[in-house]
Amino acid sequence: MASAQTQLIEGLNALDAGLILLTAFAMVATRQVQGVMRFFIVQSVFLAISAFLIGFNRGSIHLLALGVITIGAKAVAIPLVLKRTLPDDLYERREINQVINIPSSLLLALLLAIAAEFLVGPLVSASTDPVVHVNLPIGLAGILIGAYSLVARREAIPQLVGILAMENGAFFAGVAIAPDLPLIAELAIAIDVILIAVVIGVLTRDITRTVGTTEAATMSELKEEPYIWR
Amino acid sequence: MALMIAVSLPLLAALLCWIRPFRAVAWGITVACLTLSFAAAVFIASRILANGIAIGIPRWFEADGLSILVILLVSFVCTLAAIFAGGYMHHGSQQTARLWWFYCNYNLLAFALIVVPAFASPNLVWVGVELITLFAILLVGFENTPTALEAAWKYAILTLMGAPISLLGFFVLYWAYHMSGGGTLETWQGLYASASTMSPNLLKFSFLLVFVGFGAKVGLAPMHTWLPDAHSQAPTPICAVLSGIKTTVPLYAILRLLSVILASPEARIGNWMVVIGLFSVGIAAFLLLQVRDYKRMFAYSTVEHMGIILTAAGFATSGGEWGAVAQLMNHSITKSLCFYTAGAVLVVLGTRQIREVRGLFRLSPFAGGALLLCSLAIAGAPPFPIFLSEFSILSAGLRSGHNAAVIVLAILIVLAFIAIFLQVNRMLFGNPEPQSTPASVPGSVRTAILIAAAPVVVLGVYIPGPVHSLMTLAAQQLGGH
Repeated sequence: MASAQTQLIEGLNALDAGLILLTAFAMVATRQVQGVMRFFIVQSVFLAISAFLIGFNRGSIHLLALGVITIGAKAVAIPLVLKRTLPDDLYERREINQVINIPSSLLLALLLAIAAEFLVGPLVSASTDPVVHVNLPIGLAGILIGAYSLVARREAIPQLVGILAMENGAFFAGVAIAPDLPLIAELAIAIDVILIAVVIGVLTRDITRTVGTTEAATMSELKEEPYIWR
Repeated sequence: MALMIAVSLPLLAALLCWIRPFRAVAWGITVACLTLSFAAAVFIASRILANGIAIGIPRWFEADGLSILVILLVSFVCTLAAIFAGGYMHHGSQQTARLWWFYCNYNLLAFALIVVPAFASPNLVWVGVELITLFAILLVGFENTPTALEAAWKYAILTLMGAPISLLGFFVLYWAYHMSGGGTLETWQGLYASASTMSPNLLKFSFLLVFVGFGAKVGLAPMHTWLPDAHSQAPTPICAVLSGIKTTVPLYAILRLLSVILASPEARIGNWMVVIGLFSVGIAAFLLLQVRDYKRMFAYSTVEHMGIILTAAGFATSGGEWGAVAQLMNHSITKSLCFYTAGAVLVVLGTRQIREVRGLFRLSPFAGGALLLCSLAIAGAPPFPIFLSEFSILSAGLRSGHNAAVIVLAILIVLAFIAIFLQVNRMLFGNPEPQSTPASVPGSVRTAILIAAAPVVVLGVYIPGPVHSLMTLAAQQLGGH
């Protein structure tokens, strides 16, 4: 009976992992700032659900608390902080410029996900816990796709969301492989994530006021003149 | 107890600077609190030399020889940079109305820098390193000019991108520790103890992730690109802290983890560290040749020294460890002196371009003399401390059989030496441009330079007994003994 319940939860966790990967793809495919932000919130909720599922399975209060902290920090606090610090027009109707177009980006994201699976394949075989087999590759895929969108997008808020999505990926792997992390560390990391949003929010606001745009592509005054390899 | 005082004083200072009635005296509060913090660190160091370890709160805040050496360097550089900021910021900043905010943020940065080596637990070290990055971002962009904000943005994106990667690295470290039957990982000491029973593959994977994440903050090539931009644009006291200390504190975390990996018999990665370190030294040496901004020049020199420290640690012998610790210390005290001097030159002439500075000796003998002293010291000329530590690193490399690495390292160090002197020579000598009217160097800037120059001059010819035993202790702990 208990084993059937465990299996059900592991199945649900695998489904949840699929949804996390799907939201990561959706963030790459979305052109509006608002849309990217929304998918990030959805992804954070899925991350919390995975923490709840694994926490329930292992009877770990820490993971249940981590789920609550995740929702509080990433789905509530960060969107609020950004709404307050940033001017509204930065949020609305923005089409994001990308270095690589969306279909190619999706293809690259898919390749990154497959690469993540192969990278950690030999490592997860050391563990018999099926949750680790699901969460570690998907978490690493989340990090890689987030890093890709960070490099490909030349706009302040999508870059910030890229960093936060990478953080989601790290945590998604973390709930499976490091479930007994002390609660204080989890709290500290949550505060850290909110601080990232505050600092980047303030910096973005200053940049909009002084430079008038937040397209990172236009900010290229500082460079070393003749690079040695050019 | 003293450890808690040393850690909490900067936090107190930040709070006081934020309270409205105290805003006018923010500079005084900052200098006073950081000086007291340095005094507390000296006291802790004397206790550690007697007892081996200082405990603030067990399993939370503990300091051994290596941590206290880093804490001493942090509080020393932060105090002097605060003294320096007094004259420099009031003279050179366009943002005088927001100076209280500058000091408030500066104290938070000092707090984060001191707390990282004081943390006993690896996961909290991650949090601390992230706090350092975050508190530094707004200070880099403090002047609010488009270029300063651009530098802050580059710095933020490149270094924050490393945060989730290193976070996963620490999670994997926990996992490896847990799987080896260690229970919950609480302290660095616990990690050393079970290093040999942990899975070498997981350890290597974890170290790789942490290395990539923190390496960006250290400024190791090819993740160094934020460093020269941030150093040319940030206010000079922040440059001194960023270059002297902010790069060495994440490196401290990397070295701690590296010693764990090297203790695991199957996960030998020392030679990789040598290669990556040499790559950084090489990139920096060649970029030094063609740099046009003297603050960027000192920034590239930081990349060079970080590479040298990593190379020395990669030799994985007790000689290499001693060299790494000595180089870490000498780099911190010398590089901060370099930036105080660069700040003085900037105050005197108002330009950062090397080609616009001519005949500095005639325009301002004080700034010129300081520039000559600090460039000799940072480039590694005898009898300055960096010469000694570089020499011991090279000889440690020869003794451990890394002959090719030592030859490459020696060539690159000489190349960097020549590059720095080509640039500084142009600045110091020659005829000053006729229309230039040099400003005088503010008193607090002079004070900071004179105090900072003292250890640079003294440690090259004479290392006091307690300092030497502290360095030996730190080198032992770096080796995981």
